[in-house]
Amino acid sequence: MSRIFALIDANSFYGSCERLFDPSLAKRPVIVLSNNDGCAVSRTSDAKPFVAMGQPYFQIKDVCRRENIAVFSSNYSLYGDVSARLNQVYRQFSPEIEVYSIDESFLDFSGFGDRNLEAYARELHETIFRWVGIPTCVGIAPTKTLAKLANRVAKSSPDLGGVCDLRDQGKREEVLKRVPVEDVWGIGRASAAKLQRLGVITAADLAALPSPFARKLLSVVGERIVHELQGQPCLLLEQVAPQRKGCAVTRSFSARVTELDQMLEAVSAYAVQLGEKLRHHSLATEALTVFYHTSPFDTGPQRSVQKCVTLPEASADTLTLLRAARDGARAIWKEGYRYAKAGLVTMDLVRLEDAPRALFDAYDREASARLMMALDAVNAKFGRGTLHPAAAGIKRPWSTQFNMRSPRYTTCLDELPLVF
Amino acid sequence: MFSFRSFHPLRVRRGARRPLPYFLEGLCAGFPSPADDYLDESIDLNDLLIRNQPATFLWRVDGHSMREAGIFHGDLLVVDRSLAPADGDIVVVIVNGERSLKRLQIRKGQLTLSFENKDYPEGLALHEGDEIEIWGVVRCSIHWHRAGG
Repeated sequence: MSRIFALIDANSFYGSCERLFDPSLAKRPVIVLSNNDGCAVSRTSDAKPFVAMGQPYFQIKDVCRRENIAVFSSNYSLYGDVSARLNQVYRQFSPEIEVYSIDESFLDFSGFGDRNLEAYARELHETIFRWVGIPTCVGIAPTKTLAKLANRVAKSSPDLGGVCDLRDQGKREEVLKRVPVEDVWGIGRASAAKLQRLGVITAADLAALPSPFARKLLSVVGERIVHELQGQPCLLLEQVAPQRKGCAVTRSFSARVTELDQMLEAVSAYAVQLGEKLRHHSLATEALTVFYHTSPFDTGPQRSVQKCVTLPEASADTLTLLRAARDGARAIWKEGYRYAKAGLVTMDLVRLEDAPRALFDAYDREASARLMMALDAVNAKFGRGTLHPAAAGIKRPWSTQFNMRSPRYTTCLDELPLVF
Repeated sequence: MFSFRSFHPLRVRRGARRPLPYFLEGLCAGFPSPADDYLDESIDLNDLLIRNQPATFLWRVDGHSMREAGIFHGDLLVVDRSLAPADGDIVVVIVNGERSLKRLQIRKGQLTLSFENKDYPEGLALHEGDEIEIWGVVRCSIHWHRAGG
């Protein structure tokens, strides 16, 4: 049986979420900034001529004022809730979906028989807009790579009404000729440059490459992309998220950090969050990398350092992680720099119950489990951060700021939208 | 081995359903409670108030414009975007970019939106060129009768 995939994604997702509850934004361009109001991560279509994706906020402050662009800090409580609603509706249209990112999902449309899939996709698109209030685009095709491409076409051609169906081979060949090779899903900048040197300029050129050649040039991954562009599905839906292999807590500071005490406080707070994350997934880590660096936007001396700290055995215990993070941060500390960002990264996570025990220096896992359970239970009942090690700081002058965050309209009783 | 999972904060907070107990008696080897045969499904307020969860949003009333409709300042509104607006519905409506709570009347294809408060001006006739968007239909409102909720 041939397969059919649909990729549905939200248009300027974060900006659309802001507009949903604030009608005064309907005709104003909207942008949303990354953590700590760093740079633009979402732009509504009318903001795109003025603001580039990823542009730092301090560079665009003036143009935002001049063009009356509404600027928001990230409101992940809101975006996460709206995203969950989108996927709830998608599940009513297909029993099999893959949540690909916060605003993109693949739906399996195979096996729907004689149903008119384009009309069905249109119904999905309209239902989402009516029920959840978010504009979307849908691409339909026999492979995930082509569905992604169809979705792009739907987005860039408003006359299609938000749905592009590339199941027809003739139509597909027409479209592939017009798509630059660097816009194909999975083709990175380096591969695109390599291909362009060989005269492979469009997606159609890429699809025409002989399979062994593609494999030699771009490895099996590239060969798979060629097959997918030709209409042979190689990628299936990933409905169960694979076990996390790594986990990271990284943040930019709201103000530059120049004192060791503040740095230790910051990495301690990240260790608390890392512990919470690991325990939530019943995972543990045997090693932890601490890093911090200055900002390339600052004048003055630059420094970027990292240190990997190995634990005697795998752990998800906040206090153990915290000690390791502080040791690592202290070991690489040097005065005289204005640090802008720090983080903790772990790789090769293991399931706690499968983790081998250390022969020496073994932790008392049962005591640790009881303490962490109590910690998590208190924070669950009284709110996150109610109980935390004092090492993680009380005032936290370095902590992330969201100065322009909109209300958490859907998740906080005190911040519900008002109607007059 | 302890499991951390069962105590994760998100899990606890997300427990949206608070059903009343279904089994009044614990399992016991003795004489079963005669009431067990008469137990119904528990009442779930979420099921009662929310028909279409992804399309349902809570709003809060600010002001007294719908007093005569029994909707008061500070009340919660359960607003369902998937309901087709019908004559007589109370709706959250966007008029020229402003959020407003109104009674909708549809007579011979003519839309009227009105406040329900004697002290407010009669009705609100729509003008040519007014931009109207019905955001959602109010399915019910929640009013607390005890101070402090």
